[in-house]
Amino acid sequence: MPLHYYGKVKKLLESLGIEDYDRVRIEKDGRYYEGILMPRPEILDDEHIIVKLDNGYNIGIHIDGAKVHLVRKGESIKHRELPELRFRSDLPYVPLIVTGGTITSRVDYSTGAVVSHEKPEELLDIVPELADIANIDYVPLLAEFSENLTPDHWAMMARTIQRELEKGAEGVLIAHGTDTMHFTAAALAFMLRDLDKPVVLAGSQRSIDRPSTDAVLNLIAAAKIAAVGPIAESVIVMHGSPHDDYAYAIRGVRARKLHTSRRDAFQSVNEPPLAKITRDKIEILNNRFRRRREGRSEAKLDDAFDSRVSLLYTWPGITEEILESIAEKSNGIVIAGTGLGHTPRWLIPVIKRIIEEGKPVVITSQCLFGRVDLKVYETGRRLLMAGVIPGEDMLPEVALVKLMYALGHAKDLSDVRKIMRTNIAGELGSHLGLDVFPPCWGVRHGV
Amino acid sequence: MEYDYDKLGLKVGLEIHQRLDSHKLFCNCPSNLREDEPHTWIKRRLGISYSELGALDPAARFESLRKRDFLYGIYYDTTCEVEADESPPHPLNEDALRITIMIALMLKMRPVDEVHVMRKIVVDGSNTTGFQRTALVAVGDDNSYIETKWGPVRMATLCLEEESAYIVDSTPEMARYRLDRLGIPLVELATQPDIWHPDQAREAALMLGRILRATGRVQRGIGTIRQDINVSIEGGARQEIKGVQELDLIPEIIRREVQRQLSLLEIREELLSRGVVEKEIDSPIVDVTRLFESSSSKVVKRSLYRGAKVFGIRAKGFKGILGREIQPGRRFGTELADYARVFGGVKGILHGDELPGYGISEEEVTSVRKALSCEEGDSFILVIGDVVSAELTLNSVKERMKYALIGVPNETRKALPDGNTSFMRPMPGSARMYPETDVLPVNTREILREVSGKLPAMPKDIVSSLVSKFGLTEELAWELFDSGRVEIFRRLAEKYKIPSRFFASVLVSLLKSLKREGIPVENITSNNFEEVARYLSEGKLAKEAVPEALAGIATGKYSSIEEFIEGHSLSLDQLDKIIDEALSKLSDKIADRGMGAYGMVMGEVMKIVRGKIDGSIVSKRVKERLEEFIQRS
Repeated sequence: MPLHYYGKVKKLLESLGIEDYDRVRIEKDGRYYEGILMPRPEILDDEHIIVKLDNGYNIGIHIDGAKVHLVRKGESIKHRELPELRFRSDLPYVPLIVTGGTITSRVDYSTGAVVSHEKPEELLDIVPELADIANIDYVPLLAEFSENLTPDHWAMMARTIQRELEKGAEGVLIAHGTDTMHFTAAALAFMLRDLDKPVVLAGSQRSIDRPSTDAVLNLIAAAKIAAVGPIAESVIVMHGSPHDDYAYAIRGVRARKLHTSRRDAFQSVNEPPLAKITRDKIEILNNRFRRRREGRSEAKLDDAFDSRVSLLYTWPGITEEILESIAEKSNGIVIAGTGLGHTPRWLIPVIKRIIEEGKPVVITSQCLFGRVDLKVYETGRRLLMAGVIPGEDMLPEVALVKLMYALGHAKDLSDVRKIMRTNIAGELGSHLGLDVFPPCWGVRHGV
Repeated sequence: MEYDYDKLGLKVGLEIHQRLDSHKLFCNCPSNLREDEPHTWIKRRLGISYSELGALDPAARFESLRKRDFLYGIYYDTTCEVEADESPPHPLNEDALRITIMIALMLKMRPVDEVHVMRKIVVDGSNTTGFQRTALVAVGDDNSYIETKWGPVRMATLCLEEESAYIVDSTPEMARYRLDRLGIPLVELATQPDIWHPDQAREAALMLGRILRATGRVQRGIGTIRQDINVSIEGGARQEIKGVQELDLIPEIIRREVQRQLSLLEIREELLSRGVVEKEIDSPIVDVTRLFESSSSKVVKRSLYRGAKVFGIRAKGFKGILGREIQPGRRFGTELADYARVFGGVKGILHGDELPGYGISEEEVTSVRKALSCEEGDSFILVIGDVVSAELTLNSVKERMKYALIGVPNETRKALPDGNTSFMRPMPGSARMYPETDVLPVNTREILREVSGKLPAMPKDIVSSLVSKFGLTEELAWELFDSGRVEIFRRLAEKYKIPSRFFASVLVSLLKSLKREGIPVENITSNNFEEVARYLSEGKLAKEAVPEALAGIATGKYSSIEEFIEGHSLSLDQLDKIIDEALSKLSDKIADRGMGAYGMVMGEVMKIVRGKIDGSIVSKRVKERLEEFIQRS
């Protein structure tokens, strides 16, 4: 066992040959404390020892005046009996590509340590319902928090998915951290051409080590969509409400994390979710999607991306220098402007110059909901005259990912413009019904 | 009959749960209980992995065996995302921690250097997260004890934890909770099992409750404090009895628990002497529905009509034991019925010792006995329901019957209003705690520095100072302490010249009796009490008028004591006029009796002026005017 301590305490414990999870006895001010030495999170000081007492509680004991004794070396974490994994010939094969996040980890209650799953059996142990939906296999790919992912990781995922589809998967599940899940979902939508099976991302807002985890429903719903759902697109499947009774399948290029912590943080922007999934059935809410095709997948990998693209959120008082310095380091810029897609007037000459240098500038809106419109006001018209590409009803993040794709496929500004203005994966030109804005969601869902 | 507790090896430990008067432990919501309907409900499920259930936690296991929906009632204004488990917890409420450390120091317990919040797995739905957040704040040693008449009781641990959600109703398929209560800070003070007499438990609970209240920072009122009692006797088993709210019930609960354990041990002896073995209890479950097809029992008829079936098992060697009383009004069969309810979700069972009965005939009993191959000395259990619940029910009943051969099972039991207890769930294992990684540990050094030296006085010191300084009787002083109005009493009794015993009884007995009459005394503010003290001292308010004045304030009839006095006070001139009227009305009597008519006059006058002017003034004035009147005539 390693020792998760630093500084003063580390020195003391090392001198006594004590490591994490060893049984220790500490004498302090005439009283004894006995229990298991717990690892100490790095954010805390180097003056306390954490001991798990026999009553289950952890306490921190300051080492000043404390006499520490090793009682006995710790036992390694016990392996648990796991349910047996059985192949069912009546169920489709669905691989689960593991990229990280809390959805595939568990807590060891005797130590409190969080450990990663290594086998699908461990997931089935927590979500046994999966065994009746598909034959699920683990494809370990990454172990990263999603904020650390890069366009290179997207390409790795796309390659893995394509390989799994070639092998005969009926759909692919991706376990993913939630922070940037919508970036990945959008990237996969552009990288996997002629997709004919579902590619489903799922995560959890409440980690899977707690009884109230949202992962159970999210995984059941995601597995259903992947195994038998009709949608052959990159989608995100997460809770549709604070209730544990249904999840939504949201088109990857329309999904946005709109809340830091709620279960239903992911919402579909500018179009209704594609489907509502309960424990019993899949209900289609929005018919405009690519259909699943039977037989072996013919999806192709198209991962030419230029990741030197920036996303700039403008603000009142933003200066020309900032835009200039960003432009210097980028091959293209997406601006999340205000309102209908505006920037302060003094940025416009800079934008014009950037475009003249051959770098595309795409305009989207901080409002997220609605479509940019550069014809209505003077500022917008001047931006158009400067040569910006209106991002229409695309989310800023989706425009960013798409611009990476576009620059990976075209160098000429007019070709880039053509790609950006063409709907590739459902990211452009949706029908903006009156039911797609949050205050109207109640009407839509009948809540 | 009183047992020889010493000889029985009675051991009792208390766990006192007291809500603190502070905002919620992990968010800034107020610790207010609501009485109105929640604004909306959210539906959740709790999951826990099968492999972790097995060895570690029988309590969690049994709950999760039932796939239940949990509905949580939320209030948009006084509950937030934290209670709904839609957001991580905020840092630990330091005010609550400060109060807890204060309590620790008052009891001479040792606060830990660094407080770590843990998650204790609870999957009955009473926490939206599926765990209760709890932290060990202080531990006891040999110096931390209270002295009772029966000897010292040492403190073991002091924890700060979040209160659970309030259960509205439940069925085997779902349970509804309200989130207003979830997250209120709660201290859990556990004693060592030093208590050896039922009455000692009551005294210890009373003393500890008073110490908690001496902080001035705990919630008061029904439900804000409750005791769990751990009871065991030699040869029996430890029971955790939950949720005792009345102190006076504590000794009775312990006595009856002793009786129950002794009875169970007797039952064990008897079963063993009858030669009953575990294997024979494992008899097959038999569908005996056809035997009741023409039953005249209403219960049976109604259930069969609804499509239910009747299942039975033989209870080998249990004849006469199922009906045996183990606590007043509770039989061994009742214990089995508890298991049936909890594990099978059925309303109850029928057993051979109570049949014929419930409309079930002698003939039906005979045919059931035959169908279940009962021999002499055997009894049987019947349950009405569907196959699944009947199987869960009868299997749990069998397990409980098997345990009768071993003795007393470890259980978590619920206190019943009469002092009995009923089975709630198996005693939870201890391996169900892990760190709450969303909350950083808190170093207690600063708080300790701030709190020590500024500890509140202990209850007995407060009471003896009330006795010596204000001349209260010890009883009245304790009552005043228990009422929580010591501070206001002290302040006003020092500031104004008022009869302190009378004023103390206003704050204690008068308010109590007004409350009994249903008058909302909580509407009376400290300002109102101050007015009472001031006008009493100025002679503008009569002692006799205080009840009416305060009742009027509480019900909203008057907005202030001043307003009451305006409508009720008499000037001395007005008093004289009333006295004069009485004198002339009674002139014949006065002529006969002279000063002997004083009582009569006084009575006549008081009829009109009671409560409007101090009685002693009236008496003095009546005496003077009467003398004058006699002299004049």
